[in-house]
Amino acid sequence: MNTPNSDFSPNILPDEWTMILRPKRNLLDVNLHELWQYRDLIMLFVKRDFVSKFKQTILGPLWFIIQPLLTTIMFTIIFGNIAGIPTNGIPKMLFYMAGIVGWTYFSTCLNDTSQTFIKNASIFGKVYFPRLALPISVVISNLVSFVIQFVFLCFFLAYFMIRGSDVSPNILVLWIPFLVLLMAGLGLGFGIIISSLTTKYRDLTHLVSFGVSLWMYATPIIYPLSEIPEKYRLYVLANPMTPVVETFKTALLGVGQINYFHLLYSFCFTIVLLAVGIIIFNKVEKTFMDTV
Amino acid sequence: MPHVVIKLENVSKQYRLGNVGTGTLSHDLNRFFAKALGKDDPTMKVGVSNRLDTVDGRYVWALQDINLEICDGEVLGIVGKNGAGKSTLLKLMSRVTSPSTGEIKIKGRIASLLEVGTGFHPELTGKENIYLNGAILGMTKKEISSKFDEIVEFSGVKKYVDTPVKRYSSGMYVRLAFAVAAHLEPEILIVDEVLAVGDAEFQKKAIGKMQSVSRSGRTVLFVSHNLTAVEQLCTKGVLMQNGMLNMEGKVHDITSAYKQMSVDENDLRRSGTRVMEFLEYKMTGLNGKVIDEVFLGDNFLITANFKSHEQMDLCDMTLDIRNDSNEFIGHVTNADDGFEIRDITKGNIKSVSVMVKNICFSPGTYYISLWLGNSYGTFDYIENCIRFTIKQGDTFIRRPFPFDKRSKTVLQSSWSFK
Repeated sequence: MNTPNSDFSPNILPDEWTMILRPKRNLLDVNLHELWQYRDLIMLFVKRDFVSKFKQTILGPLWFIIQPLLTTIMFTIIFGNIAGIPTNGIPKMLFYMAGIVGWTYFSTCLNDTSQTFIKNASIFGKVYFPRLALPISVVISNLVSFVIQFVFLCFFLAYFMIRGSDVSPNILVLWIPFLVLLMAGLGLGFGIIISSLTTKYRDLTHLVSFGVSLWMYATPIIYPLSEIPEKYRLYVLANPMTPVVETFKTALLGVGQINYFHLLYSFCFTIVLLAVGIIIFNKVEKTFMDTV
Repeated sequence: MPHVVIKLENVSKQYRLGNVGTGTLSHDLNRFFAKALGKDDPTMKVGVSNRLDTVDGRYVWALQDINLEICDGEVLGIVGKNGAGKSTLLKLMSRVTSPSTGEIKIKGRIASLLEVGTGFHPELTGKENIYLNGAILGMTKKEISSKFDEIVEFSGVKKYVDTPVKRYSSGMYVRLAFAVAAHLEPEILIVDEVLAVGDAEFQKKAIGKMQSVSRSGRTVLFVSHNLTAVEQLCTKGVLMQNGMLNMEGKVHDITSAYKQMSVDENDLRRSGTRVMEFLEYKMTGLNGKVIDEVFLGDNFLITANFKSHEQMDLCDMTLDIRNDSNEFIGHVTNADDGFEIRDITKGNIKSVSVMVKNICFSPGTYYISLWLGNSYGTFDYIENCIRFTIKQGDTFIRRPFPFDKRSKTVLQSSWSFK
């Protein structure tokens, strides 16, 4: 509109090269600034995931609640009543639901991000944007469903408290935002490493789908940590999700073990995992289109 | 003064052939050990040029040693046959994948349109998709909001903007998608064949939009097989062949070189039993001089020499004339004139000459195919072996106004008025 024969504003060129594309780049050359510039895109991806998930469903976002509820009922019947696994004196429904809500966030983050490259190959093959935008948007859109499930869990908890059950949410709930960050970080970290490797080695996609459900049994979801015999406990604690889930349940239900040293371990594990994940992802994203 | 906005230095791209995924782990290990020992990568083959039909070696160079400078405000057309490396080049510049060697330096923001509607989600409404697609192409939410009305206006789907795009007709879908892309304001725009979609009116609109992009000093890279669009739009051209830059220059030089290449090379398809075969053929004026240009209404001669490997009583020869879109426009055969080519003795070389009179096709480029055979079959058929151009001139067409290119032929006529 500035010139009569053009409806574009005039072109102003920078003096320096804005970008130099090379075959290999430095491993640590991760452009987080660019990712920040694409924050609108991340939020639009979140919106897309959310809207498209429930288009043409009758129950809509109610599915967020139905899913953990049914799983809880199933677990209560099988693990609580048939197998008779103790729950530290906490109502079985509540115990399982707290575990499931926490675990679901982690596992959906991992499952969804681990398919980043394969599922989005058609977009990635046509246009450039920071590839990390997609797994990050997945983590955020799963956070939305986590919050809904968490609120539902709180109502559930309130109901049991009114009925006089022996549960006591305590000051540890202040840790919950931090725990959520750890779950997101672990899910994202493992997810992007796996997605980077699956561009070449498809075997991993098969491993992930059942691997995550097996992993759940190695995490104190259906049993309290205190039930684990001393000689196995170290193995269960090596799982970085153990302290996270255990602290989550202790904060809400008031029964369990909390060990800050274990939490610190999970935190460090997450940081290292994320760093490694981003470096690998960053390396793969440049040429994955040739192999995917 | 023009500034160089894109600079390619020795850019090459290598692809692995065949089934990626089998044996890649061992290749990776080989590479790793070679690297660790300081040797060259054993899987990189140097000096094997890109021939898609000869698969020797498991790796292929899709691009080899590309050096190119592109200045601001230039509209560069990239032409070449399928597999010449055009799309790979665009992919490298739009950062979809990385070069294997060399460097690409870029000044300014790049937007690439390798496809229209990348990332469109069928369940989302037109409005939601405008935002999503715009953001994928690199716009911020604010930029999209400020152009939203223009985009909707340009696409012409205003009524349906709150309907999920899965309910759109394919034409509406494409128009909406292109509208978003057309309102990008990058310094460099990369476009690959997207004009192949939409109806004629929309294509015109799209080309107009790209012209106005370049007028504002922006750089456009355009790949297309539609040479008319390339000539209309581009100022400069490059011709790619087998992964290498063959030629660089003015767009008309490039397109005509490309057309010539199509005749020279493997487009020269030949079929038939070869009981009789053409040895040479030429197009001449009535004075016998070889020509490749005639004026509308002119006469010219096609002379062909052929040799027979058997005794032959009777045979026929035809000329098929096609235009540069490969449409069959005209046909000449000796049978029409009651002329007989007969009594050909074995081993003799014969020459046939045919005069085509008052050529009445609209100005443009044409190709002649030669056929030799009889009612039982084809002896020799050479497709598009003679290329020539028809120019308007003033002997036949005396109209003072330009020729309407939509018409394929011009008919001779006489007029009366009472």
